[in-house]
Amino acid sequence: MAPPVYFNEMYDGGRSVRPHYAAFAEWLRDTPPERIAQNRHAADLLFHRVGITFAVYGEASGTERLIPFDIVPHVIPGADWDMLSRGLAQRVTALNRFLHDVYHDQEILGAGLIPYEQIQSNPQFRPEMIGVDVPGGVYAHVAGVDIVRNNDGKYYVLEDNLRTPSGVSYMLENRKMMMRLFPELFAQQSIRPVDHYPDLLLETLRELSPQGAENPTIVLLTPGHFNSAYFEHAFLAQQMGIELVEGQDLFVQNSTVFMRTTQGPQRVDVIYRRIDDDFLDPQAFRPDSMLGVPGLLQAYRAGRVTLANAIGTGVADDKSMYPYVPEMIRFYLGEEPILNNVPTYVLKKPDDLQYVLDNLAELVVKEAQGSGGYGMLVGPTASREERERYRQRILDSPERFIAQPTLSLSVVPTFVGTDLGDRHIDLRPYVLTGSSTRFVPGGLTRVALREGSLVVNSSQGGGVKDTWVVD
Amino acid sequence: MLSRVASNLYWMSRYVERAENTARVLDVTWRMSLLVKEPRLQDQEWFAPLNITGTLFPFAGRHKVANAREVLHFMALDPENPSSIYACAKSARENARAVRGSITSEMWEVLNGTWLEIQQMDEDKMLQRGTSTFFDWVKDRSHLFRGVTFGTMRRDDAYHFARLGTHLERADNTARILDVKYHVLLPSVKEVGGAVDYYQWSAVLRSVSAFEAYRKVYRDAVTPIKLAELLILRPDLPRSLHFCVKQAFETLNYVKNDQSEETLRKAGLLLASLQYGKISDIFTKGLHEYLTAFLRSTQEVSNGVQKSFFAPILVE
Repeated sequence: MAPPVYFNEMYDGGRSVRPHYAAFAEWLRDTPPERIAQNRHAADLLFHRVGITFAVYGEASGTERLIPFDIVPHVIPGADWDMLSRGLAQRVTALNRFLHDVYHDQEILGAGLIPYEQIQSNPQFRPEMIGVDVPGGVYAHVAGVDIVRNNDGKYYVLEDNLRTPSGVSYMLENRKMMMRLFPELFAQQSIRPVDHYPDLLLETLRELSPQGAENPTIVLLTPGHFNSAYFEHAFLAQQMGIELVEGQDLFVQNSTVFMRTTQGPQRVDVIYRRIDDDFLDPQAFRPDSMLGVPGLLQAYRAGRVTLANAIGTGVADDKSMYPYVPEMIRFYLGEEPILNNVPTYVLKKPDDLQYVLDNLAELVVKEAQGSGGYGMLVGPTASREERERYRQRILDSPERFIAQPTLSLSVVPTFVGTDLGDRHIDLRPYVLTGSSTRFVPGGLTRVALREGSLVVNSSQGGGVKDTWVVD
Repeated sequence: MLSRVASNLYWMSRYVERAENTARVLDVTWRMSLLVKEPRLQDQEWFAPLNITGTLFPFAGRHKVANAREVLHFMALDPENPSSIYACAKSARENARAVRGSITSEMWEVLNGTWLEIQQMDEDKMLQRGTSTFFDWVKDRSHLFRGVTFGTMRRDDAYHFARLGTHLERADNTARILDVKYHVLLPSVKEVGGAVDYYQWSAVLRSVSAFEAYRKVYRDAVTPIKLAELLILRPDLPRSLHFCVKQAFETLNYVKNDQSEETLRKAGLLLASLQYGKISDIFTKGLHEYLTAFLRSTQEVSNGVQKSFFAPILVE
């Protein structure tokens, strides 16, 4: 079998540096290796000292790890980004229209474009949200859309994360670190800034005030410091100057949410929640949850408080709903999708199931409800035994799975020890939706550090890179 | 501000202050242990730091003898002892981590850096390099934290709750340090007022960085009465009981709410007793007895703070 060909973001087929990487490549060539090594070391120390860590599940409580940071940036030409951002805005707008529709008139189901049972059988569908009007009809105020580049050089959307997408703090810290360690790189070329993300997020949240109050009280609700993304929660709250609250800090009275302060109860208007639906309100969802606020759903339904993101957004980012997104764009916006979907097989369809079982060695199979890179089968790199075990799981409950062709994710040179090696990446831009759609250019680039690996998740040992949109 | 956050800030400061004061207590004990004494009294003074921090019982449960090495381990680096310097560094950092949004990044970096460093230490290294190096490091980190707090934090409620923790803990600790002498048995009666006694009282003074202040104020030899007056009643010495209680009272007055009246009253009474107290009255009553009563009063104020600001307030 011929070795797979990957799109290299830095070099073209003839190993010449692509124009948008020229300035960086020149710098890399002219900078003494000792200085680079020194600065890479300095970056590690700084990240450690500043405590930019994530908590690891399944290890002793409180275990924190550093996400490996690589100094070779992921550079995106300005024109590519302009296309991507148009595509992202289009996609997230359609997804928001879909969410409103699915909790109101369900026109897209009536039109026969998405089967009813897709909704009914979906555990992320929240019947509690039917008929509830959310401010501006927007559900996913913060979306993290995962994008990859295939060996055809085209960008594909891999996943729409609409519940509580994380990682934006790393995007901001990576940039800060690069500017601190290699200021000359920023002086030499025009790299679009990202530091104003917290401003955009705050602006978005302020627009959600339920009664249009001039000065809404906005809080960020975290599950607490054992959560893997706690650093990010604290970071964002601090950057926006809003309170970081835990469930125990809030209570509901007369359908109004209050926080407990040293001066007594204070009304809360907008909650940027980083807790999943299931744990938000023990009275409405999981009764055993200690993380949420009893009565929150009732206050929300009464329109006394706004949640970002809205309850029930999961029904639109479920992997089994993903194949229908291009249809949503056509249906709600009357436009052709700007961004490509990856062809996806839905295994509850008998034809798709048969095809996938016949071609398991070439496909990636994922659980429709899975996340974090857990529980997936990467056909081409799995052993025969692993494939057979997975085949059995699929046959037991095919409706739980989807499959996609193995994409050849693009690669970027990455420091491995003291050498540069090509490693696969993906990109997560963040799309903010309030009264308008807002972005910072780029996003978080994640990199798989093991050679040949396609799994970039931090929980699976992935690293991060700074993302540059250059003009 | 959020009750939980106020509580975390308060405890963060208390733990930093406690670590510093434990270092000071151990340092004064160490200095006293270096003085010549009869062999049968060897290691006697190592009971003092355990006594004054109220940790003799848990210590005795795990150690057979109280000597420099064992006590230093227990009070400086033992992760199992919740009031060890190590445990305080950890708790301070955990409290800070829970409220990173309410402190400045410099404050967090000091606490996080301290925690990373202290994990690398062991008592062999500590004894080899000289314990004072370690104690100085603890004090330096605490100074740095206070300085960075003072220099970077907005003067909002968060700042005031952090300062409240510092001053209540320090009042408690100065009282305990002053009580060291009560728990250190003199080698023999004839030594009272002699050289050993002098060195011991000087060590107490130095442990709270007040030796120079003593000289400036009294221009006199170190006597227990004057020393106690300095550390208890002096309003301008930053580690005196009077100074700490005054600061705590003023902070309480600043952050007060509908439920804190009784706590404020208790703190006010305590302050008045220090403002108008006389050292001769204190010695008539007995210094140890006075300090014990003082510790009880600060404990009541601490409990009041806990109840009026940190416990969830429910509306009906």
